[in-house]
Amino acid sequence: MTDTRHASSNVGPPLWLLAELTYRCPLQCPYCSNPLDFAQSEQELDTEQWLAVLRQGREMGAAQLGFSGGEPLVRQDLPELIAEARKLGYYTNLITSGLGLNQAKVEAFAEAGLDHIQVSFQASDPELNNALAGSRKAFDQKLAMARAVKAAGYPMVLNFVIHRHNIHQIEDIMGLCERLGADYVELATCQYYGWAFKNREGLMPSKAQLDQAEAEVNEYRTRLQADNHPMKVIFVTPDYYEERPKACMNGWGNLFLTVAPDGTALPCHSARILPIDFPNVRDMSLREIWYDSPGFNHYRGDAWMPEPCRSCDEKDQDFGGCRCQAYLMTGNADNADPVCSKSPHHERILAARRAADHATAGLEELMYRNADNSRLFFRG
Amino acid sequence: MDMTRVPRFRRGFRFQWEPAQNCYVLLYPEGMVRLNDSAGAILNEVDGEQDIDAIVRALHQQFPEAGDLYVDVEAFLDEATKQHWIEWL
Repeated sequence: MTDTRHASSNVGPPLWLLAELTYRCPLQCPYCSNPLDFAQSEQELDTEQWLAVLRQGREMGAAQLGFSGGEPLVRQDLPELIAEARKLGYYTNLITSGLGLNQAKVEAFAEAGLDHIQVSFQASDPELNNALAGSRKAFDQKLAMARAVKAAGYPMVLNFVIHRHNIHQIEDIMGLCERLGADYVELATCQYYGWAFKNREGLMPSKAQLDQAEAEVNEYRTRLQADNHPMKVIFVTPDYYEERPKACMNGWGNLFLTVAPDGTALPCHSARILPIDFPNVRDMSLREIWYDSPGFNHYRGDAWMPEPCRSCDEKDQDFGGCRCQAYLMTGNADNADPVCSKSPHHERILAARRAADHATAGLEELMYRNADNSRLFFRG
Repeated sequence: MDMTRVPRFRRGFRFQWEPAQNCYVLLYPEGMVRLNDSAGAILNEVDGEQDIDAIVRALHQQFPEAGDLYVDVEAFLDEATKQHWIEWL
């Protein structure tokens, strides 16, 4: 009998490498996916260490590379990392808040070979945007940078995290993106990890809000299609309103490899919350990490699955859903993702939906992502 | 179809051979399409200079046994246009 926990011969290469260069960020978005205790993080990898990660990842077959964070622009060596990544043959994506960006950098990055810049917004108007970001100048800066990105000829993705406080702006958001010349609009409804899990009650839209937003997106898409307009609207709906879980990361250790600022290698950017020992790129090669480390093999295959997943005929489609969500909501990461209506813990999802129907909390009641608040979550 | 029209990749789309996947892929912002052999062979001729006629002739040289390729190439480039992968000069 084969032990699927170590079935490395069946494991394909990591096609997607996410380089979380830093947890430092000038913004304080209350739905940030960084860990709650980010301010406790160990020293960041240095330039040489990142370059080694990029080379090893490309050699293994990674084709897409995301520079993310935190705010990756705070890394002074970003141009050097971009240039090397492009030379290696990666498709290089910069995922940024736009703060710290300027015209000269936009052009210098293009010269270094950056393929794409994704600018995130918090809302379609300055007041709400800046309140959510915790920065008074954020919105104007983002607008200016979106225009600079476009003018430099990059393909442009504008990303909006959607929640109960901005979901009514969906039409305005799409209109703003169209005027800015976005190629893609990502309307990413909050996923409840990190700070967003902490703030879930204050962020989760009601079913009625969601239905309304979906109708508006569909209407807008129909209009774009009729005009043969190239702008593509991607609406990521929240799994809390589904009856089956998402095929999280397309399977554990299947396509995605994240390297956190301190060099911890993870199967997704949220996984460091799990009670699993994850390897560090300072200690072993990326190849060993991906194929041989216990952390990356932990949830490969399906031998680890308890019921109801074990005997479920959909287990090859959704892999039992998200391990982090199972851990956050049931205390055991082996459990079925409670989004699944077959999960014995599904009631917790239903309770969150009911709470969203009656939530009244304003923006001021959210816990913002900053170093002071992060210290509240330090361990021992 | 006008055989003198020249296709090129839309800005932000990169076509390249990936040894690890043993196929051509099309890369774009945060995404990747793995191409089958015929799609890869056609897009490999898209360079912003060759018109459709030249692309078909180049393919015919590589695959003389494939017969008349005009219809297939036209249909594929049509689909690639709809997907906004390529645009026309």
